[in-house]
Amino acid sequence: MEKINVVNLTKIFGSNPEKALDLLAKGISKDEIFNTTGQIVGLANINFTISQGEILVVMGLSGSGKSTLIRCINRLIEHSQGQVLIDGTDISTLDHNSLLELRRQKFGMVFQHFALFPHRNIIDNVAFGLEIQRMDKELRYEKSRSALKLVGLEDWEEAKPSQLSGGMQQRIGLARALAIEPDILLMDEAFSALDPLIRGDMQNELLALQARMRKTILFITHDLDEALKIGNRVILMKDGQIVQIGAPEEIVLSPANEYVQKFIENVDKSKILTAKSAMIPVNITASPDDSPQIVLASMKDNCMDRILVVKSDNTLLGTVNSKTLKIACDEKTIVNLIDKTVPTATINDSLKILITILAEWSGQLPIVNEQYQLLGIVNPNNVLLALK
Amino acid sequence: MENIPKLPLDHWIDDGLDFLTDNFAFLTKIISRYLEDTIDYMVESLMYLPPWLIIIIFALIAWRFASYKVGIFTVLGLCLLWNLRLWESTMETLTLVLVATFIAILIAVPTGILAAISKLANRIIMPLMDLMQTMPAFVYLIPAIPFFGLGTVSAIFSTVIFAMPPTIRLTCLGIKQVSPELMEAADAFGSTKTQKLLKVQLPLAIPTIMAGINQTIMLALSMVVIAAMIGAGGLGGEVWTAIQRLKPGMGFQAGIAIVILAIILDRISQKIGRGKNE
Ligand SMILES: Nc1ncnc2c1ncn2[C@@H]1O[C@H](COP(=O)(O)OP(=O)(O)OP(=O)(O)O)[C@@H](O)[C@H]1O
Ligand SMILES: [Mg+2]
Repeated sequence: MEKINVVNLTKIFGSNPEKALDLLAKGISKDEIFNTTGQIVGLANINFTISQGEILVVMGLSGSGKSTLIRCINRLIEHSQGQVLIDGTDISTLDHNSLLELRRQKFGMVFQHFALFPHRNIIDNVAFGLEIQRMDKELRYEKSRSALKLVGLEDWEEAKPSQLSGGMQQRIGLARALAIEPDILLMDEAFSALDPLIRGDMQNELLALQARMRKTILFITHDLDEALKIGNRVILMKDGQIVQIGAPEEIVLSPANEYVQKFIENVDKSKILTAKSAMIPVNITASPDDSPQIVLASMKDNCMDRILVVKSDNTLLGTVNSKTLKIACDEKTIVNLIDKTVPTATINDSLKILITILAEWSGQLPIVNEQYQLLGIVNPNNVLLALK
Repeated sequence: MENIPKLPLDHWIDDGLDFLTDNFAFLTKIISRYLEDTIDYMVESLMYLPPWLIIIIFALIAWRFASYKVGIFTVLGLCLLWNLRLWESTMETLTLVLVATFIAILIAVPTGILAAISKLANRIIMPLMDLMQTMPAFVYLIPAIPFFGLGTVSAIFSTVIFAMPPTIRLTCLGIKQVSPELMEAADAFGSTKTQKLLKVQLPLAIPTIMAGINQTIMLALSMVVIAAMIGAGGLGGEVWTAIQRLKPGMGFQAGIAIVILAIILDRISQKIGRGKNE
């Protein structure tokens, strides 16, 4: 289901947007429009959708329009052209009160520099959104307490924000957003001000929370590693335009242009790419009902030392190697000769995981699904090729 | 320049004031009567209490809000004033300052808020502030008389006008300097303008507003002294009498009393503001 739908969204900063819109329609660049009219193109023809439960990450360099985009979604900034639909409602048609109501009910926002209220203690910071909704005190404290528990800071209710470290403050920022039980989380560089270790923790925590809560999240960052780690899909922006939109793997595997290429150069691809990108089909397998001689023959033809054994429904049973087969060549079938200790991986495991397995197991690594059915194999050289 | 006839600016202002007195004096006289009664009543009640009790109360306030040092200074200073037989004058001056400050805050804080949230109001109020602050303080005394008559109410009227600007300015500043990030956070959660003002802007502006109030108290004290010229009495009255009779000793004695009162009021009101800051 589509939660957010952004159609042809354009934002011009300045007193005379009409003229800039005309020029933009003619394909004139952002710089040129600024030089001739003095108007700044914040966003130009942005189109995308976010479905319920998805994390969409918007990534781009400073000034690319990320903050402008996220603020157009809850109309903190009025756009110049196009539409933003939340659950199918065009938010520019809302009157002032309905807009406030929409913000109160649907959006939780987390800010780069936390933006906690210094004069309020932690519980009242977390309860802010509920207080704005005019919820009565007891109920809003109750909800705020459970939000604080979600981020693991339930013992800090009475503290002032200034008494907390940056990482803790941002947890409070997150708790404040979660307290109103919003459908949508808007996070503008929420982790950018944190140091790398805490930042990693926060990313994991967000993913863990998301696994339970299934919010719709629009997450802004200027860090590609973060984008690829968190995002179900990633939007790359430049000069107010979308350069590429796709799943992390797509972006790493097929960058749309040099700009994206440059970004992904320094990315640790082994964390992003999964077994899927290195997997090859299995040509030869053995059946447990085969006799040792037949299996040995087919192994010899293909210069193999070890072969995977699968049942007729493709379930992986294990491997047999030629040595065992030769010793026990008078057995009727190979069913008792199968070595079941073979390691496996799933299709969604990252190449990084595959590499650790392959470092110990220098053979074909079978890739299986949940029913332990064989999908394909990965050889060490397949991994190297995928990472090239 | 000699050949160009003089602009009758003074006459225009007189005419304007005459118009106001003719039409509104009945109102101002009523206010005047009530205010005068209230002030007299306050001074009387202060005089009714024994000085040592008032000294203890002030010392406790000073100790609680500022520090024990200010508390000790308060005790010593007020005892000196008592000893110098300036107690009644001090109480009169104190009453005038407190009443004037109270009225000034009552007007100034809402005005400052208005100036902060409305551009139009800001454009009207700020030049008025400049005018009020640069106009020599004595000038306010003259028009006060036809409206309120000689005495304490005229003194209060001119004191309020003279002492208001810092609180207006700093209230406005305090609200405006709330960081845009916090305002955005408030907006993102769907706050109305009133909610933003009451839950975010005003609480965060309190230390700044307090600094304004501190200045207002100081200005009120200096103006109340000047207002002795139109019969406000108090410590300023002592000075005024000393000038007329050419008695430097009496003048300085009252002057020192004013300084002591000023220091006490300043330290207490300053620390109230800073206390909120932390
Ligand atoms: N209020 C404004 N008035 C004029 N121009 C603005 C305004 N806000 C943003 N811009 C311009 O719009 C463009 C996009 O700004 P935006 O803040 O969205 O970038 P960003 O991607 O969030 O950058 P950063 O990573 O630095 O936060 C920039 O060129 C900026 O100068
Ligand atoms: Mg930004």
